[in-house]
Amino acid sequence: MSDQSTAPARKGLFSGGFDLGRLLLEGRAFFALIAIILFFSYQSPYYFTTGNLLIMSSHVAIFGLLALGMLLVILTGGIDLSVGSTLGLAGVVAGALMQGVEIQAMGLTLYPSVWVVVVLTLGLGALVGLVNGVLIAIFKVPAFVATLGLLYVARGIALLMTNGLTYNNLGGREELGNTGFAWLGFNRLWGVPIGVLVLAAVAILCSLVLTRTAFGRWVYSTGGNARAAELSGVPVKLTTIAVYMASGVCAAIAGLVLSSQLTSAGPTAGTTYELTAIAAVVIGGAALTGGRGNVRGTMLGAFVIGFLSDGLVIIGVSSYWQTVFTGAVIVLAVLLNSIQYGGRGSRAPRKASPPKAA
Amino acid sequence: MTAPSQETGRGEVVLSARNVGKSYGQIQALKGVNFDIRRGQVTTLFGENGAGKSTLMKILSGVISPSSGEIVLDGQTLRFASAKEATARGISIIHQELSLAPNMSVRDNVFMGREITRGGAVDYAEEARQTRALMEELEEDIDPATPVEDLRLGQQQIVEIARALSVNSRILIMDEPTSALSASEVEVLFKVIRDLTARGVAIVYISHHLEEALTITDHAVVLRDGAMTASAPREEIDLDWIVRNMVGENFDLGSPPTGYEMGDAALSLRGLSVPSANGTRLAVEDLSLDLRAGEIVCIYGLMGAGRTELLECVAGRTAPQSGAIVFEGEDMRRLSIAERIARGLVLVPEDRQRDGLVQTMSVGQNLSLASIGAFTRGLFTSRRTERGLVDASIRDVTIKTDGGGAAIGSLSGGNQQKVVIGKMLATHPRVVLLDEPSRGIDIGAKAEVFRLLAERAKAGIGVIYSTSEVGECLSIAHRIVVMRRGRIAAEFGADVTKEEIMAASGEQVAA
Repeated sequence: MSDQSTAPARKGLFSGGFDLGRLLLEGRAFFALIAIILFFSYQSPYYFTTGNLLIMSSHVAIFGLLALGMLLVILTGGIDLSVGSTLGLAGVVAGALMQGVEIQAMGLTLYPSVWVVVVLTLGLGALVGLVNGVLIAIFKVPAFVATLGLLYVARGIALLMTNGLTYNNLGGREELGNTGFAWLGFNRLWGVPIGVLVLAAVAILCSLVLTRTAFGRWVYSTGGNARAAELSGVPVKLTTIAVYMASGVCAAIAGLVLSSQLTSAGPTAGTTYELTAIAAVVIGGAALTGGRGNVRGTMLGAFVIGFLSDGLVIIGVSSYWQTVFTGAVIVLAVLLNSIQYGGRGSRAPRKASPPKAA
Repeated sequence: MTAPSQETGRGEVVLSARNVGKSYGQIQALKGVNFDIRRGQVTTLFGENGAGKSTLMKILSGVISPSSGEIVLDGQTLRFASAKEATARGISIIHQELSLAPNMSVRDNVFMGREITRGGAVDYAEEARQTRALMEELEEDIDPATPVEDLRLGQQQIVEIARALSVNSRILIMDEPTSALSASEVEVLFKVIRDLTARGVAIVYISHHLEEALTITDHAVVLRDGAMTASAPREEIDLDWIVRNMVGENFDLGSPPTGYEMGDAALSLRGLSVPSANGTRLAVEDLSLDLRAGEIVCIYGLMGAGRTELLECVAGRTAPQSGAIVFEGEDMRRLSIAERIARGLVLVPEDRQRDGLVQTMSVGQNLSLASIGAFTRGLFTSRRTERGLVDASIRDVTIKTDGGGAAIGSLSGGNQQKVVIGKMLATHPRVVLLDEPSRGIDIGAKAEVFRLLAERAKAGIGVIYSTSEVGECLSIAHRIVVMRRGRIAAEFGADVTKEEIMAASGEQVAA
């Protein structure tokens, strides 16, 4: 590419030279994470131990999974407020399936095995996302309103299904062949909680999709300028529907992991988690207007939030203060976002040196 | 002052730039510019895109502050802290890019930030009355209560002008005020400008329509590469002088390519009718047109003649009400935009910021956006193939850029336009539709765009481009189709004169 650069060199993002301010700004989530780890390690000898790091990571896994789905949605310029409720509903549905499905007409009860439960639950998440996506892409309902509606509907269904109660027996029984639910989040593989491995797998998948597939390009262009994307032949509606479905599936995965971690599935699980997920995406440097953001940033954002709140618990700060700190971090992140993108106004691009006629 | 013409202070210098410079990082947008703005005169700034015209105007109107040099107003050196301060001093600007709130009414936009109040409440009736008076002055039939988003681009520009007029400024800066106006609307605007100068208002005028600008100019200033290259009163200059100083050489926009056989009809439109955006009338009515492979057809028409609606319908953004679109023997009506692109029928849209570019993506990603399929191998995209495609495009359409990774915003307007064109050419189209490909780009880039199209036509591609500048019809087009109120008013060969074209479009030939 360098053989083409006949234009005078401009001070760009990737030009040479060391600029500490810019480095700190670009890598803010990373530096914030380092600062958090250093601070709490100094405060508590227990904080920086393998055991604690793994426990904290398994907490992060839940937010991280939601945030990955949220990232896809936010990249297209949308928002998905229904993920917390979808998480709760997915847990409850999985819990109900584990208790067995009674078919009254035939007088028998089916006990689906765990993989069937997983597939059905993920299908449910995709269905919630499909409803969101169709409302937004086809019926032009604003994303905020459509997903707010689904937030209530999904939560309501979860409460209706259980009458407000919680499923505590998710273990299954050997003779019914439906054991193994603990494998979704509670158990460990090579010493690492399964939830963390699930997060890593989904993150790698998302990253590949965003950077290496046509679909990824569709997502970025839809968020950057949907009109231009459409005129370039990008299936904008399909892309929109797909990202909400992906977000729903991510929420369902998070629901399975969380109920496995807790060995119980309650209808109020995941309340307000959608906001944490949005915060993680924003801290990770994504623009809420769409088109900018990546998986690495979002993962860092999720870890910043998770490691910060767990750290505050460990050093014994009251949970009220935790809420204040979390809020402050989010505001700070958005502030830095506007500094980063505000300077490069999109409406009035800087003029480069005038082109000379060839 | 010592100016010779002293009647009513006409010609007196009111505002001058002294050695004004501005740099953005390493880019020097302005290099020590000196010039004067005189009372009751139209000072026109000429220059290619990126020559620094807009930057200079933003400095004069207080939107940005200069890196060096000073602004002298009425013999007093000052530094504007904000655009508001400049407005308070009687300087106002009509920006090139419209700065209206589309969701609000014409009235609210005209008085935005300066609402007329009575007893603490906004006096809407008075605002509406004044707006109506302004519209009368501009001879435009726009109801003050209409939301701006329902207006055509040209009408929106009128609103923008009305807003600047309503301030009663002493110095009025107009940055490309006519880029979306029809010839008759431009006439009215020029009449208003003459009224203003008669009242002693100083006008600074910027336009890419050189001939048009010449008719209103009293004093011309030419910028090139951020420096002033020439300055002279109207009596001493002509079009050649301007172009020579702007680009340093003589330019023409080319001639119709010859020396090859045209193919069969590539695109046939039969009895096509397209409803207007708000569905109240037909924007295109019973229109039939054939395009042969290798042929270049220019569609000329005023704003609102239906050019954009026609091209967007053919490209698949809107559905026709009736009629047929046949491309290489296949009916296109049921196909999506993507399917039409895949078959080889592509559109380069009119508004590159709104419809052409994804600002958040790099130059390379924009170039490859319409041909992602071409570098996808199985599930994944191939970076190497993509880079090859991007580099080839940058070479093909001669985009001046640091490379595919550069930000779109770092390119000049002409190069951004070439990115939009290059993106569609990269899909290997058989027919290219271009809606005002020369809008808002400088004459050098314009000539390059036309040269590019002529080359493609020689290679057998059918080209349709639309324009609202008569001069551009008489360049590379084999055939000129004049549209008027949604219908074809006339069809000419390349040997037509400007007067014939303008007469057919319903335009009044400038007196």
